[in-house]
Amino acid sequence: MVDTGKGDLSLVALTKSYGSFTAVQPLDLTIEAGSFFALLGPSGCGKTTTLRMIAGLDAPTSGRIRIGETDITDTKAYQRNVNTVFQSYALFPHMTILDNVMFGLKRRGDKDAKRKAQETLELVQLAQVGDKRPTQLSGGMQQRVALARALVNRPDVLLLDEPLGALDLKLRRQMQIELKRIQQEVGLTFIHVTHDQEEAMTMADRIAVMNSGSLEQLGDPATLYEMPRSTFVANFLGQSNLLRAQVLDGPGTDGVVRVRSHGTDLEVSREHLPAGAADVWLGVRPEKLRLGEGGGPNRLRGIVRDVSFTGVATQYIVEMPWGQELTVVQQNDGTARATLGEAVTVSWAAAHGFALDASQDADAGAELVDERG
Amino acid sequence: MGWIRRHLVAFAALAVLVYMLVPNIVVAVFSFNEPKGKFNYNFNEFSTAAWTNPCGTQGICESLGLSLRIGVIASITAAVLGSMIAFALGRYRFRGRSATNLLIFMPMATPEVVMGSSLLTLFLALGVPSGEGAILIAHIMFCVSFVVVAVKARVATLDPKLEEAAADLGANPTQTFLRVTLPLAAPGIAAGALLAFSLSFDDYIITNFNASPSSITFPMFVWGATARGVPVQVYVIGTVMFLLALLFVVTGQVVGKRRNRQVA
Amino acid sequence: MPALSWWTNVAEPGVLPSAPTRAPQEAPPLAEPRRRRNWVPYALLLPGLLWLVVFFVLPMITLGSQSLQEGNVDDGYVFTGNVGIYVEAFKQYWPQMVRSIIYAGSATVLALLLGYPLAYFIAQKAGRWKNVVLVLVVAPFFTSFLIRTLAWRTILSDDWFITQWARKLHITDLLQAVGLTNNDSLLFSQFAVIMGLTYNFLPFMILPLYTSLERLDPRLLEAAGDLYASPWQTFRKVTWPLSLPGVVAGTLLTFIPAAGDFINARLLGNTQTTMLGSVIDAQFLRVLDYPLAAALSFIMLLTIVTMVTIYVRKAGTEELL
Repeated sequence: MVDTGKGDLSLVALTKSYGSFTAVQPLDLTIEAGSFFALLGPSGCGKTTTLRMIAGLDAPTSGRIRIGETDITDTKAYQRNVNTVFQSYALFPHMTILDNVMFGLKRRGDKDAKRKAQETLELVQLAQVGDKRPTQLSGGMQQRVALARALVNRPDVLLLDEPLGALDLKLRRQMQIELKRIQQEVGLTFIHVTHDQEEAMTMADRIAVMNSGSLEQLGDPATLYEMPRSTFVANFLGQSNLLRAQVLDGPGTDGVVRVRSHGTDLEVSREHLPAGAADVWLGVRPEKLRLGEGGGPNRLRGIVRDVSFTGVATQYIVEMPWGQELTVVQQNDGTARATLGEAVTVSWAAAHGFALDASQDADAGAELVDERG
Repeated sequence: MGWIRRHLVAFAALAVLVYMLVPNIVVAVFSFNEPKGKFNYNFNEFSTAAWTNPCGTQGICESLGLSLRIGVIASITAAVLGSMIAFALGRYRFRGRSATNLLIFMPMATPEVVMGSSLLTLFLALGVPSGEGAILIAHIMFCVSFVVVAVKARVATLDPKLEEAAADLGANPTQTFLRVTLPLAAPGIAAGALLAFSLSFDDYIITNFNASPSSITFPMFVWGATARGVPVQVYVIGTVMFLLALLFVVTGQVVGKRRNRQVA
Repeated sequence: MPALSWWTNVAEPGVLPSAPTRAPQEAPPLAEPRRRRNWVPYALLLPGLLWLVVFFVLPMITLGSQSLQEGNVDDGYVFTGNVGIYVEAFKQYWPQMVRSIIYAGSATVLALLLGYPLAYFIAQKAGRWKNVVLVLVVAPFFTSFLIRTLAWRTILSDDWFITQWARKLHITDLLQAVGLTNNDSLLFSQFAVIMGLTYNFLPFMILPLYTSLERLDPRLLEAAGDLYASPWQTFRKVTWPLSLPGVVAGTLLTFIPAAGDFINARLLGNTQTTMLGSVIDAQFLRVLDYPLAAALSFIMLLTIVTMVTIYVRKAGTEELL
């Protein structure tokens, strides 16, 4: 096994093409050692391909992969200190659970394999199933075995390929917290590939949002969410309302810039405005909008077209005079709800909006239906 | 009457099944017969003489031994050759795939008379003598295709992700093959080998074309006996074969079920 | 939760030989890998395919060549390209050729009629009994073909109840009128031969049919019923068309060996029921007229290949493996 010690994983101009089709555009990425990193994007965006290149299961068309100072691009999968938790778990059906978990250690001639495997099974709370076979376990248990099998080898990087996709909702939520906790405890670099933006935001320290083979934006969940730099990210993470607006001349006040949208003057923070933009999409998240005037100086009037009660919150669709429908989400904190057909004011603060260059497609990243892996 | 109509298919199926099994039952029953004359076609009186003396007839056990020997060698060789082909077909891309498929398929679609007689002409032309060696060569030839089909079916069910997982965990290609691929393909290879063995053991036509007086296999012995008078021992062996086959298949099923039992 | 005890050390020493490392500088892009591994499939294919080429394909060539030679066993053979041998083969033995095709065809049709219900039953209606019945279908196949066929001599003999009932019910008279029986015996007759052929090759019909029918989604049949189709119509319009690949495979796997068989004809028939296979057998092994025998064998091969090709083209399914 290549002895790389601990080090950041860096991808340098990494590309993958199949004939004329480019799955991954030149990708430059550095992932800090010991962090929980997510590759997020819709199916076909290249995230799984990137993961497989890091694992060594696919060879890049060009570019380099390094862990610390060591270039591992030319090393084969079985020589890399990188382990994968597969989406379908890929547990060896003809071996017991314990043999599965010991597999990697045995290949390296580790004499203490059994004890280490047993300890790792305890870590994932499956101490009792060592003698069973994969087909005898439930999906959730198989997933934890797959994790243990990869963990026990103490890889420099642990790759997770949409490992929670096959689990039902409650179990998935539980495993998200478990995985995060295990990562913090063992201190390994985890790279998690998923199309579920909620999952990525819950678990990861930093997220790389990918779209059609290229990197859209890189950052921690909060930054990506509050300050998306493209319509794709704005729509893919959560929901966004995007209003067409023109930047108004004038000095503005206190770090606030005035824009005009559909005849109404609105305010947005200067730091949330891309430099040199004249035509923008003014974006605001549904939960930042308030019904009534209490939300802030930005005000628009519309008519409630839909009211959906979702337990924690109520979602309103409010139709603007120019036909656009805004989504407003309000927590059910006991205040009165608006009714269907009611004329309402929607308001928000200047700091709660973000602006994106208007040349982008407002629907990018939006119409993604629920995709199962 | 309506009950019969609704279960028409089941009745028909049962009738056909009976049709298929009656000969086996007859064979079993007649193995306990002590025939009046040379021919064992009418039940005379009950006797276990043939069971207690299975090698009683001249030549029967020698022929059995020869058939077993050839069967084992042929099935193992065919299993190796056929499995290699099946792996190539199932796991790799290469040119000439359709030609390969055709070549594999043809022996299964050729009448045995043609295969046996054509091999004879080849051996005649090359001066290869008939006998055990020629029979062995012939058996391997027609068994390979069946092994390929059996193993290919099994290889197709192998999840390629398992081999990727093995590599991911540090197994080089040889280790991956020995520890993951081969064990998982083993049931298919075993099935292919068993199939090859039974085809070889039971073959008469092709064997007959390539045999010599010193190499009498069991089917050839039986054939020769049909004119002279089939000894009861033949029926005994027939019954034993049937029971063994049943045992094999049932065991395979039970073992398979046991492996896959789910935990609550 | 205890941390993994052996992880307190930094960097574990590797045990496998270390892979090549590179200083961090720009390197030329990688070419598409796996070029070296291209020889693997060919290496795997070579032994088996070579065996088949030498011992299956080559003999076909020597067979054709032998048929065009003249001479005899004592003096040796010379290649003369005597195509006339084929004409002679046809003239002498066309009855056996025709008979082989008719018997095999009848057996195939019968096998289809008998095997379809059984295959359907196993695939769709057997439930828990599926494996049991499959075992019962396959197990006889693993026992000696000759012995089982011999058993029919007993079953169809004049002293047994089957022939006696058939006589009582005048079924024998019916079959005799069509020329299928041997006087009024069921044994040593055309009837017995066809019956034996059907019996012996039934498993070859049932298994492909079963495979095809197993893939049939029972909900399709329910949908047909929901749309006013009677059971017969459902069968004709839904079940049968969807099972055609299995039918094609089954009929081929039955007809081909049946056409070449002569064991059933020998054991259960009489001198009027000889099939082409026994003629070839006799010519090769007793009469020792190799050219004629080879010609007959080649004729059988070509006939069957032609019939199969036409049949497969018409039926429309190419993949049989």
